[in-house]
Amino acid sequence: MSPVFYFLALLTVAGAVGSMSLRNPVHCALSLVVAFVGLAGIYLGLGAQFLGLAQVLVYVGAVAILLVFVLLLTRGGEPEAEAGRVRMRWLGVLLAMAVTGVLVAALVATPLPAPRVEPPEIPTVRSTGEALMADYVIPLQVVGVLLTAAMIGAAVLALPERGGRGGREEPRGGAR
Amino acid sequence: MNPLVPHLVLAMVLFGVGLAGALTRRSAILVLVGIELMLNAANLSFVVFWRFGPQPDGQTGVMFALFSIAVAAAEAAVGLALIIAIYRHRKTTRLDAMDRVKG
Repeated sequence: MSPVFYFLALLTVAGAVGSMSLRNPVHCALSLVVAFVGLAGIYLGLGAQFLGLAQVLVYVGAVAILLVFVLLLTRGGEPEAEAGRVRMRWLGVLLAMAVTGVLVAALVATPLPAPRVEPPEIPTVRSTGEALMADYVIPLQVVGVLLTAAMIGAAVLALPERGGRGGREEPRGGAR
Repeated sequence: MNPLVPHLVLAMVLFGVGLAGALTRRSAILVLVGIELMLNAANLSFVVFWRFGPQPDGQTGVMFALFSIAVAAAEAAVGLALIIAIYRHRKTTRLDAMDRVKG
């Protein structure tokens, strides 16, 4: 294993831990970007070129930005939105550590297949596109429908409700 | 050492970190971040098994991860729209404040 992998793995884990433990939610979103970039580097190191680029485009370019937008729109970026402690927080951390421990124990106990000696043919963007258009064209169409439905659904959900019909106006004062 | 092992351990640690965050954060947005981390851990293991697995079967792992990224993006968009819709009603994104089904 190359030192590059260990550096990227450290970066990814540090970003992930930061995004889950920092107090200011905006810092969390930015730390998440570090984790995503580290993962993209690992994908590139594994030979999945297009996947690394897609990871940067989709996660860093879209999901992280969307998160920051929603944090600002909902004023969730203010640290007091996270103030106080969740009751039994240690139980959640303990549970996650137990799950990780079980997974790693299962990995250690599993007789892994001998790794392929020669690397697979590194898929270029061209061969990935050809595979998408030939072998995987049905899933591609389904994903297109899914993304369209998700886009319409997100727009419908986030649109302001038309008030004044059936008493659906927002309650003054709010529930809390 | 089998190159599968460090990569898979990284994926498992990422999954654990995401799970810990999803279980302990109280902001709905950050719970969604934890779920994204878990999805990324799954993607990483797809790619690792494709790269080092014994079955040289084209680009299956890469394709699976690619479609998984697309589905995760759709999930993030809908989830964040839901959070905005809830925020409009309740003026909060704290999960412990959303304790009533009745709007």
